[in-house]
Amino acid sequence: MYRFTYHQPADLDEAVQIASSSEDGSYLAGGMTLLPTMKFRLASPSDLIDLGAIEALRGIADEGGRLRIGAASTHAEVAASALVTERLPALAGLAGRIGDPAVRNRGTIGGSIANADPAADYPAALLALDAEVVTNRRTIAAADFFTGFFSTALDPGELVTAVRFAAPAQAAYQKAPNPASRFALVGVFVARHADGARVAVTGAGQFATRYPAFETALDTSFTPAAVAGVTVDEAGLMTDLHASAAYRAHLISVMAKRAVAAC
Amino acid sequence: MATDPSASIALRVNGKDVEGRAEARTLLVDFLRDTLRLTGTHIGCDTSQCGACVVHLDGVAVKSCTVLAVQAAGREVRTIEGLADADGSLHPMQEAFRQHHGLQCGFCTPGMVMTAIELAQSAEPLTPEHVREGLEGNICRCTGYHNIVQAVLAGAAAMRQ
Repeated sequence: MYRFTYHQPADLDEAVQIASSSEDGSYLAGGMTLLPTMKFRLASPSDLIDLGAIEALRGIADEGGRLRIGAASTHAEVAASALVTERLPALAGLAGRIGDPAVRNRGTIGGSIANADPAADYPAALLALDAEVVTNRRTIAAADFFTGFFSTALDPGELVTAVRFAAPAQAAYQKAPNPASRFALVGVFVARHADGARVAVTGAGQFATRYPAFETALDTSFTPAAVAGVTVDEAGLMTDLHASAAYRAHLISVMAKRAVAAC
Repeated sequence: MATDPSASIALRVNGKDVEGRAEARTLLVDFLRDTLRLTGTHIGCDTSQCGACVVHLDGVAVKSCTVLAVQAAGREVRTIEGLADADGSLHPMQEAFRQHHGLQCGFCTPGMVMTAIELAQSAEPLTPEHVREGLEGNICRCTGYHNIVQAVLAGAAAMRQ
């Protein structure tokens, strides 16, 4: 990788200040995507601002009925958290199946959503669980956060500090993992909120999105048969070396059925 | 005059305080192998897939090809060289790999053993399925994993005694 200047700020203000004064700085969370990308020379930030020492980004807590997960929480921490397991077992299960154990020991929720990989697992959970992304400047609804292929609503230098999830009584996530990387070929997160069902799909298109046709069907009848009756259009889905758009459309239907059955 | 981009890094490796120079971009695995001459930690894929480079950083298994050396400053690293006793007697997990022939060429073994030790420390009892899931990030290209799984189960049982 190319040379860069390394910083390890002690708090949020210092991190943001370094980012704003650097030529082309990048925040470093777990580094599970950024460091490999830099090794391939696909990214060459002038400065790396390591968030590992910032206490304010850590911790998992109940916050007014919502589950607040600090941005620097690792996937392993989320998977093992007694609070997440009790309140949102589907989210703990999702975190526990990202990548592999060593990746889960480093990778973080904040890093994952800021990177917005179209095949990442967390984005589906954020959309289906009506999450709020808290940054150093504002709170962004999950619906407004993911804006495109590896794109988010974050402004340059803006830093995710936490994610706040609603915790409905019933929720489940099912994914067809890529057998090598464990990224989602297709992942479907289903949540049954008091005001209706929410279904979000990741891995299939340019970025994670909700599927209103599934939600309408589930609001009539919360059964696997209800989602089985919805035709999934392959238009707009990705075709790549891993799967065709038609196969992904099929997987969306299968994973949605399984997720509803698992609720 | 070019300035030296490297800086001194102090950390604890296998119970000893060590110090060496590294650039910010130096990977932990390269620092361990090239600077500290601890070549038991291997570089397989160098793309975070294969797990040959797994070491423990503050007791947690990490892929040292995807951690910067500077991120280990002031922290504790344990490598495959730090497992056996001073008299040469093997760690129970190493002994189990030997007993069960959990290796063929041996290239993946250091990472397998380091991952297996973390897995053995989990609270729940280990089943073959747990072990196979736990070795998700460690790739062996020689064997069929069967003996590796047997070794991890036996090693974990020995560690709990």
